[in-house]
Amino acid sequence: MAVTTAPMESTEQLNRIWETRPGLFGVLGTVDHKTIGKRYLITAFVFFLLGGLAASVMRWQLSRPEMHLLSPEAYNQLFTMHGVTMIFLFASPILSGFSNYLWPLMIGARDMAFPRVNALSYWTFVMSGIFIYSSVLIGQAPDGGWFAYVPMTELAYSPGLNMDFYALGMIFLSISTTIGAINFVVTFFKLRAPGMSLNRVPVILWGTLSASVMIVFAAPALTAACILLFFDRHFGMHFFDAASGGQPLLWQHLFWMFGHPWVYIVVLPAIGLASDMIPTFARRPLVGYTFVVLSTITTAILGFGVWVHHMFATGLPQMAMTFFSAASMMIAIPSGVSIFAWIATLWHGRPMFRTPLLFLGGFIILFVIGGINGVMTAPVPFDWQLTDSYFIVAHIHYVLVGINVFPVFGALYYWLPKMTGRMLSERIGRWVFWLMFIGANVAFFPMHITGMLGMPRRIYTYQAGLGWTDLNVITTVGAYIFALGVGLFIFDFFRSLKHGAIAGNNPWDAPTLEWSVSSPPPPYNFAVIPVVRSRHPLWAERLGEAPSTTGSELPVLEDGRETIGTSMLDSRPQEVLLMPEDSIWPFLLSSALLVFFYGILTSLWWLAIIGAVGLATTMTGWFWPSAPPDDHSRLLPVES
Amino acid sequence: MLRPTPFSSLHGSNRSFPRVAVTAGLILTTASCARAPAIFGTYGLAADRIAVLGWVFTIVGCAVLAVVSVLLVMALTRRRKRIAESDESTLEYSGSDHAVRWILIGGIAIPAVILFFTFLVTLVIQAEVSSPPRKAVATIEVTGHRWWWEAKYVEADSSETAITANEIHVPVGEPVRLVLLSADVIHSFWVPRLAGKTDVIPGSRNTMWIQADKPGVYWGECAEYCGLQHSHMNFTVVAESPEAFRSWLAIQRQPAAVATDTATDTLIARGLDTFRRSGCAACHSIRGTDAQGRIGPDLTHLASRNLIAAGTLTNTRGNLAGWISNAQALKPGSGMPAMKLSSQDLKTLLAYLETLK
Repeated sequence: MAVTTAPMESTEQLNRIWETRPGLFGVLGTVDHKTIGKRYLITAFVFFLLGGLAASVMRWQLSRPEMHLLSPEAYNQLFTMHGVTMIFLFASPILSGFSNYLWPLMIGARDMAFPRVNALSYWTFVMSGIFIYSSVLIGQAPDGGWFAYVPMTELAYSPGLNMDFYALGMIFLSISTTIGAINFVVTFFKLRAPGMSLNRVPVILWGTLSASVMIVFAAPALTAACILLFFDRHFGMHFFDAASGGQPLLWQHLFWMFGHPWVYIVVLPAIGLASDMIPTFARRPLVGYTFVVLSTITTAILGFGVWVHHMFATGLPQMAMTFFSAASMMIAIPSGVSIFAWIATLWHGRPMFRTPLLFLGGFIILFVIGGINGVMTAPVPFDWQLTDSYFIVAHIHYVLVGINVFPVFGALYYWLPKMTGRMLSERIGRWVFWLMFIGANVAFFPMHITGMLGMPRRIYTYQAGLGWTDLNVITTVGAYIFALGVGLFIFDFFRSLKHGAIAGNNPWDAPTLEWSVSSPPPPYNFAVIPVVRSRHPLWAERLGEAPSTTGSELPVLEDGRETIGTSMLDSRPQEVLLMPEDSIWPFLLSSALLVFFYGILTSLWWLAIIGAVGLATTMTGWFWPSAPPDDHSRLLPVES
Repeated sequence: MLRPTPFSSLHGSNRSFPRVAVTAGLILTTASCARAPAIFGTYGLAADRIAVLGWVFTIVGCAVLAVVSVLLVMALTRRRKRIAESDESTLEYSGSDHAVRWILIGGIAIPAVILFFTFLVTLVIQAEVSSPPRKAVATIEVTGHRWWWEAKYVEADSSETAITANEIHVPVGEPVRLVLLSADVIHSFWVPRLAGKTDVIPGSRNTMWIQADKPGVYWGECAEYCGLQHSHMNFTVVAESPEAFRSWLAIQRQPAAVATDTATDTLIARGLDTFRRSGCAACHSIRGTDAQGRIGPDLTHLASRNLIAAGTLTNTRGNLAGWISNAQALKPGSGMPAMKLSSQDLKTLLAYLETLK
């Protein structure tokens, strides 16, 4: 790619325009997608460690029969918090972190479509995490499992605040997820650099786009369910109370209409990350880009038609279940498409064994296992044996660790050098990979067998003589090996910040636009917005494709925070967009939300009213017109 | 005389109650042992058929995993023409891409064929196990409580109904229909060796059937998380010959026997008195007496059961004493309160309970 740098005066001017001001205002008010992305990554990783801590205590409790390290209350809170943390506070936000950081850099934009909404999404995520975790401080953490089946979570059986934290926390977090999703959708369609038509978009964008569209349709089901639960618990309603004509299965339908799509929401972007990394290490373009993208979209659509496979044992009509059984098996095909696309890419390429590729290879194996044990639960009669046993625990861990954690760790090794400017260690990286890969399999594979030996999930202890002891010991050992790998990664990360090799712009000789800028990138990302003519802008010349350019065709855009808006399908430049300045309002709005939710939680209505007034005030402040409608939005003076 | 028995501690810190020989491990290893749960190596018609389906999916799954793993490892390691270290920027790309065939064959065609045929097998087996091969010989109403199981033998031709807890007897080789009810939250009824699980949902009457093809004791459990003692909500299914089953059922229908032996009579009579005075009857019934509580398990034939506390303890005198004195230490959160009884009262109560054969 012909990188033309802007004149020195321009970069200084751009720095002045885009740089976040120092001080507290800058910390709380920044809307820089790179800062927000990094914060998402760090926050989600902290939650990953908290969830892992819960897991390691639980594994000690289960390492032998009839252990009394934990009371049943403590165990039930721990496994619920482990699930809620890993599924909601880690798996999805860590991907939002990557997407936030990478999207504008990959598509040649200077920020996300709605930078302030982006900040709001992050702060709301943090506040909802604080809200949910404050339950731990008062010893009343949610204890109903991450899917919180009624009626056990109704007031009659769960009189504490535990499930109120859950219900309100989920609604709170959904606000963050939903606005974040909308931001991704708009960014995808409006901010791609000129020339980056839909067939030239990196796969991670398709993954996050599919997940975001899913969030917009799935999240309301959970929000509705949680509102109904809260009404049941606090206003004497009976949505789920069978004795008064309510229906406990209503919760399960609403929850899984959200919950099953959620599984795809936390894997599709990770699959996208993998699809973008594999070509770099295979030294060739991805085989079957169109197939991979279509399989992502197909999964997103089919993902809404399989929720009942979580409910095969609830006594639904056979015919209805058969349809969901067939759909659940069918969804294996798009996964097969992606897997064979990656294998073909590696087969016809020339693999370079660097740490990210190790994680990607591990990911493919774990993905295949997680797909197969998923298909094994699709036939209704076999599911009657497997559901709610440790087999399902094995399945969910192969899916979430295999298809989320492994690509995420590969992506950390791959993209952290872009964020920090320093490489992580290849030598330590290999150790991290093998510890995590062996640990994961030693921990999770035996769970298939414990499940087949009849061990139900969510038991705080078990009796000797059932044949489960040895397998549980093995699982515990595996969990600690895995934890060792994660610990070593953290060490490597901090080591690299000071001692890592300097990364340079493009340490992997990768094909996508984010590698064309410095590491770490300047606040404005691109001095001149590039014009894209290839799916692999940095490989274009070597592949014999039209080279992408910067500098000659587009103006620098230095009259304020400006970036280019383009047409939805083929990215024809349409207008110069003026992006907002840093703002404290998103932080204040999230804080007001936190006060509001605490008010509702504690039934201190005065507190809720303070929160509500805070919400109204901050929103008014946010939307207060600061200048006359600008004439800034103008057509570009260029032809595409 | 209540004798201390070898003690395997459930709660070491609690020394205020008679030492108990618990042990749950024993339940499965002693002579009257239950078969440990497993979904392969089955003993019932439904579970047999499901195990066949399970093997089909397991074998096909392992084969797919093996093939894909081999392909992946080959893709990563197969020999390629060497390229100078300095020339790593060379890309392996010829322009037109025939590699897409991998996706069409490996990613779409082969999986579609495998899934189609395994789905056909699924449909056949689903049809087979969804209803019993012939009319069920008995109907049992099983009610899930936090955290124990009640079984009620429903018979049109009998005025007395047999009610028992955590131990379900069935005749060998005969399908038995189960009606699943919940007294509180959602549970799931699972006897892995005999059949798949069915959820027990408040407000619903789910039904399932089981058939044990060999005599024996089969371990069963609650599979749906239901709160504090979800771990200790087990039961057994005792499969015996139809004759033995009928005589067992006949006994279970009877009200509690009144002992006539004069020497022990006073002890036993005082035991029943202790039962009444201590408030046991508020929760438990003993048919044939005025104890009519419906909250805890029916104790009419308590002494005939092998296990107590939903599979937590073997039914020995020591365990029973420990359970009565301090159930909360053995099964924290359970509905059974710790009874503050004098040792004399406890002795008479145990003597009485032991007559409930």
